[in-house]
Amino acid sequence: MNLKTTLAGALVVSTSWASMAVAQTDLTMWYHGGGNEVESALINQIVSDFNATNADYNVNLESFPQGSYNDSIVAAALAGDLPDIIDVDGPVMPNWAWANYMQPLSIDETIIADFLPGTIGRWNGELYSVGLWDAAVSLYARQSTLDALGLRTPTLDNPWTGDEFMAALDAAKASDICEYAFDPGMAWTGEWYPYAFSPFLQSFGGDIVDRSTYKTAEGALNGDEALEFGAWWQSLFAGGYAPGTSQDPSDRDTGFIDGKYCFSWNGNWAAVATLDAGVDDLLFLPAPDFGKGSVIGAGSWQFGISATSEHAEGANAFIEFALQDKYLAAFSDGIGLIPSTMAAAAMTKNYAENGPLNVYFALSSEQALVRPVSPGYVVAAKVFEKALADIANGADVADTLDAAVDEINTDFERNGGYGH
Amino acid sequence: MASKLVTSNRAGWTFAFPGVSLLTLFIVVPFFFAFFLSLTNQRLISPNPTEFVGLDNYRDLLSISVLSIEPEVDDAGVVLRDADGNPKYPRVRTFTRNNPDYKQYAGMREWFRWHSGETAKVIVATDVVFWNSLRNTLMFVVVVAPIQDALALGLALLINQRLRGINVYRAIYFMPVVVSIVVVSLLWRFLYAEDGLLNSILGALSFGLFEGRDWLGSPDTALGAIEAMSIWQAVGFHMVIWLSGLQTIPPTLYEVSRIEGASKWQTFRYVTWPGLRNTAILVLIVITMQAFALFAQIDVMTNGGPLDSTTTLVFQAVERGYAKQDISGGSAISVILFLLVLTISLVQRYLTREK
Repeated sequence: MNLKTTLAGALVVSTSWASMAVAQTDLTMWYHGGGNEVESALINQIVSDFNATNADYNVNLESFPQGSYNDSIVAAALAGDLPDIIDVDGPVMPNWAWANYMQPLSIDETIIADFLPGTIGRWNGELYSVGLWDAAVSLYARQSTLDALGLRTPTLDNPWTGDEFMAALDAAKASDICEYAFDPGMAWTGEWYPYAFSPFLQSFGGDIVDRSTYKTAEGALNGDEALEFGAWWQSLFAGGYAPGTSQDPSDRDTGFIDGKYCFSWNGNWAAVATLDAGVDDLLFLPAPDFGKGSVIGAGSWQFGISATSEHAEGANAFIEFALQDKYLAAFSDGIGLIPSTMAAAAMTKNYAENGPLNVYFALSSEQALVRPVSPGYVVAAKVFEKALADIANGADVADTLDAAVDEINTDFERNGGYGH
Repeated sequence: MASKLVTSNRAGWTFAFPGVSLLTLFIVVPFFFAFFLSLTNQRLISPNPTEFVGLDNYRDLLSISVLSIEPEVDDAGVVLRDADGNPKYPRVRTFTRNNPDYKQYAGMREWFRWHSGETAKVIVATDVVFWNSLRNTLMFVVVVAPIQDALALGLALLINQRLRGINVYRAIYFMPVVVSIVVVSLLWRFLYAEDGLLNSILGALSFGLFEGRDWLGSPDTALGAIEAMSIWQAVGFHMVIWLSGLQTIPPTLYEVSRIEGASKWQTFRYVTWPGLRNTAILVLIVITMQAFALFAQIDVMTNGGPLDSTTTLVFQAVERGYAKQDISGGSAISVILFLLVLTISLVQRYLTREK
């Protein structure tokens, strides 16, 4: 009994002390970067700067490991327990907005006027999320490989055509420079597949869903262009150009650096590590053009506000605060991401005018195409991933893509068209 | 008997209360919940109201039929043949997609086919992945249950001896059980890799005759590889159960059989085995149920691939319910799995009943 009273007393004293000291309104925020020290330090810096300068609000940050972040949000939403500020992966945002997990932002739109298009999340005509950075993919190659194989260096204005790309792979395969000509990154299961590989399909003229209506995948994912894409995709593996779905994840990480792969399809986030590993003639080549231009994916993690937040004003203030160029640049310098604005890019060591990764800024602003902006994307992405893995493993192209179309369409129907 | 259960048994119920209430909360209630959800169109994330859809989910999973396809013929009615002389067949998709004459097959896919004369009999199903999962799960149970059962008994017999240092062996055999299945799966992924340990050993043993193969990357070997690894991983657990059964057999029986001059086999057949009866039933049922629940290995090692050769019912239930946000579809699979396991357990109980 005595112990209980003591404890209760201590609790009362401590809570009243806390509420006396803090006159600000508390906001909660969840972030996906748990476990990454550099990233945590960056986001903590923004939060503490905000708390120090803003008299009305106090943000409390909680970080989650990326792998379980989305599950945590969904679980919290089902339990009615969402924090005020969340971060959300760009292509997932429409799903959460449609499900009423999020509310539109009411930040000053002039702030984001110069932002890269992939960093701005809109659904149903409303702004729901903004990102401090974007990510981009390019074809990693060594200048020495191109020279040895007698290949021209593709440029942003004049990328390789599909035939030139395959000729390059043929040349690489015939030489004994590397074990595999091309490393698409099959070991990175999950969102990497639609993010990195659907641009190839789009370059052929297909897509995951028909973006004119967003009501069907018929014709987009199993039309003639898509079948052509599927045949090409299968040939990469059947022809021995690329390692298949059982690729060792550690080969994915270091295979290009070790010279195991001649060309690697990889994101800007791997660029710093590759340069640091001593690949000094590294090139970031634009995606091959299979007929409808070079395309790469866009859209990374972005900030938004939960629908249940009672302090949307404070949450908006925090997001506006976080969108300052200095933070954009800090994130870029810290973890190698592409800053959302040109001004911030100029402040970074990698993306500035003569920085080693400057080309990514151009890739992002000129070739980037966001993944289908639809609440149904989350499911379509899974279906697409399985279809591509199956085709790589030798499944019949037309049957596999038909089945993928049926599954996506069934999902659309069951969700009443996802509000499109 | 019943009156004794309800009355004058307050202490018993008090002791049972925590366990029973937890089981109810986390096993019984979710089960009825799953059954109810499988009759609706419940999504994981959706602003749309949940609707009752009857047996639609089950129909989508279970629809299956046979499509007979005649070979293609030219204008003269002669069967067209490919270079090997095999008849050419029109593609299945010409029947199952946008073909008003074959409405009953709309949206179905080929699962497998056989030939009866020149006619191809194609099994088409709405959800081929589900049928593959069912096949893989059953294959896994059929292989793992007997082998793991027998191996565990063999190990238990080996370590049920009074030898110095026998505890070291007990610990070694039991160790894989203590290690998280996720860690074990990751390690075995490296063992099975194309340039992994298994291929190196086989290559060395066969003086280079054995060509390395991609165990998890080929539809022919992936499920077998996972079966072998799963047997190894859990065999220690069942070994311990067998061992506890062995140690309940009174030593006097062994003494008697020795005095009677029984051989080792006779001792096992007429003393050990009858004494293990209840243990055998327990181990068999536990192994069967665990084998049906195969998930972690698949999730870590293959993700159901390549070409659906390792996908299982539990993996599909999770994949659909969470990744594809289709809670009702995942629930329907869970209910089917429940009925399957229940049926098999009841059959096992019946076959092993006291006669």
